[in-house]
Amino acid sequence: MISLYLAERSWAHGVPAGWKLLALALISLAITPFDSVPLMAGLLIGVLLLYASLGRAALRQVALLRPLLPLLAILLGLHWWTGSLMSGIAMVLRLLAMILLANAVTMTTRMDDMMDAVEPLLRPLAIFGLSPRALALMVAMMLRFVPLLFALWEALGESYRARTGKRGGWRLLAPFCIQTLRLSHHTAEALTARGGAPRGRRG
Amino acid sequence: MKDRSLVQIALYAAIFAVLGLLPKFDIPIAGGVPITAQSMGAMLAGVMLGAKRGALAMLLVLFVVALGAPLLAGGRGGLGVFFTPSAGFIFGWVAAAFVAGGLMSLLRRQAVFASALIASVIGGIVVLYAFGIAGMALKTDLSLVDAAKACLIFIPGDAIKAVLTALVAQTVARGMPEALLSRAR
Repeated sequence: MISLYLAERSWAHGVPAGWKLLALALISLAITPFDSVPLMAGLLIGVLLLYASLGRAALRQVALLRPLLPLLAILLGLHWWTGSLMSGIAMVLRLLAMILLANAVTMTTRMDDMMDAVEPLLRPLAIFGLSPRALALMVAMMLRFVPLLFALWEALGESYRARTGKRGGWRLLAPFCIQTLRLSHHTAEALTARGGAPRGRRG
Repeated sequence: MKDRSLVQIALYAAIFAVLGLLPKFDIPIAGGVPITAQSMGAMLAGVMLGAKRGALAMLLVLFVVALGAPLLAGGRGGLGVFFTPSAGFIFGWVAAAFVAGGLMSLLRRQAVFASALIASVIGGIVVLYAFGIAGMALKTDLSLVDAAKACLIFIPGDAIKAVLTALVAQTVARGMPEALLSRAR
């Protein structure tokens, strides 16, 4: 399964998912009102030290920030333009620190554990007739559909190339949608034939 | 909720992910502007599934992304994306799909292409950018006007996506009319 999870265990892997999520929420709330460069730089350094303590594989994940740099540069430029360079720098530092911190939670928590940690928060959904088990089923179905849809897109693209010698691009969209909808009908029928999606609050 | 709705919500969440992960999606113009096909996933979900199911499909995407799956364009994902300057767009997808779906059922008596285009433009561009720009202003301490300037480069690409969404809706309405759930009774 594709995931941003780090297979190599670190001390943070052992911390319960609930605590990590709570800490992330509290820190993000706590730093919101502040706007000072030294404070934000300190926060970023702290987060980088956290990454260092998680091992080399974690430090490599910092490179995930690269696609974000052009946008941050534009935003910093806009701040400079409007004469608030210092708060712009603080903004960039805060964004970098929080993105990395949140990513650290994701890196050190398995998807199953994350699901279990948020399950109590999802219980109120039962009011709308959606049980947490039905949600788990939807998550599983979605993740299973992704590679299936990729294969379908590839197949459509290949037959288009065979017919025309060109890449299909956006022309594949409509047949793609119809094929996937047919797929979803079959899946729904199969699900109903097997007793349907879980309802209520059993288990 | 019926089994069919459940599966279709999962399906459109998956389509959304696939649109973001397709390595190179040939959209005619672009001109160097980074265009991800992903916001088209929000338009499609709304236009095809209707307001409620479309919004639920987008919520499912957000949930799975928060759980740690790198399903957003460029393989991004995890809790980190909710702290980026463009986080407003991420929450905006839910509203975009809801509004697009609502408009689609409101306009059920009109031609499919025209109503899908209107629904995609208002839901997938107007509503989405309202959320995106507000989110960016909030996260970066810029004024709304400055934040809007930073977002404007994406508008041409999104206009194309709205047209493509309308084309897809029209094709599906011809080839498989019962699948256009936003118009089903």
